[in-house]
Amino acid sequence: MNPIITDIERAQLKADVPVFKAGDTVRVYAKVVEGGKERIQMFQGDVIAKGGSLSRLHFTVRKISHQIGVERTFLLHSPRVDRIEVVRRGRVRRAKLYYLRDVIGKKARIKEDRSGKVVG
Amino acid sequence: MVDTILGKKIGMTQIFNEDGSVTPVSVIEAGPCTVTQLKSVETDGYTAVQVGFGEIRPKHVNKPMLGHIKGGLANPKYKDAQPRKTLREVRTDDTSDLEMGQAIAISDVFQVGDKIKVSGTSKGKGFAGVVKRFHFHGGDQTHGSMVHRKPQSSGATDAARTFKGTRKPGHMGAVKTTVRGLTVARIDADRNLLMVKGAVPGANGGLLTITRL
Repeated sequence: MNPIITDIERAQLKADVPVFKAGDTVRVYAKVVEGGKERIQMFQGDVIAKGGSLSRLHFTVRKISHQIGVERTFLLHSPRVDRIEVVRRGRVRRAKLYYLRDVIGKKARIKEDRSGKVVG
Repeated sequence: MVDTILGKKIGMTQIFNEDGSVTPVSVIEAGPCTVTQLKSVETDGYTAVQVGFGEIRPKHVNKPMLGHIKGGLANPKYKDAQPRKTLREVRTDDTSDLEMGQAIAISDVFQVGDKIKVSGTSKGKGFAGVVKRFHFHGGDQTHGSMVHRKPQSSGATDAARTFKGTRKPGHMGAVKTTVRGLTVARIDADRNLLMVKGAVPGANGGLLTITRL
């Protein structure tokens, strides 16, 4: 990529973002505008994909809400993402967990990673 | 003042706005352009300004070009003038506020929110078929069709010839292309960067002419 573009994108990065990867459970505090007022909405679920780089880095969070799967994709460095907490580290063997969309019950579980190693 | 600036396409990215929304932008390294010639009704029959853009190494400049930039040996006034890689003429009604050698920066021409048009040379596609070149639908790929991407009929039989302008395969791209109605999304005056919402013609590194509408 052109160094000028890299500079522009680097200037938009947030200083402190948590390190997490696909399989981790995160809690995203997203700003939403409702009727002219801004409030913070929480979205908790498993990260099933992470992609892009620099200011374009995005991740998808999946949760089961009232027996229906709900997915939301966030831009990690967006001003609309207030903060992110990592709730649980998961042990998974692939980078994209799209298979979770097709499985239910026990198969849709992610094992906890208790190794203590933090990888992004 | 002129309404046009020359620039080099750097590439595309996205920027966050204050409300958190995202704008896709083309980054253009635009200006500073130098005034290299002022044309007037008296000498040329019309009013225009010639501007230069881009760095060039002195050894790549030929003598006639150097003479044009330096105003000839008879004019010691321009002995510090530097040759530029590209020269382009910009039509304008009034050149009274411009002088030879003056630099034109982005902020002299544009403000954030301005509507602009951007011209450049589109990417060359080589010898292209009618599906790519004229958006013909093409035939079936299967069921023994034998007509996958062929142009098929090129006209009626009783004319006994093909009319001029009939759409056929041929060279596509690498021609001057203009996109109108783009918006200036952001200006970085320190680095001479112009960020335009949307896509602009040509490959990265190509020369662009940006004009205020």
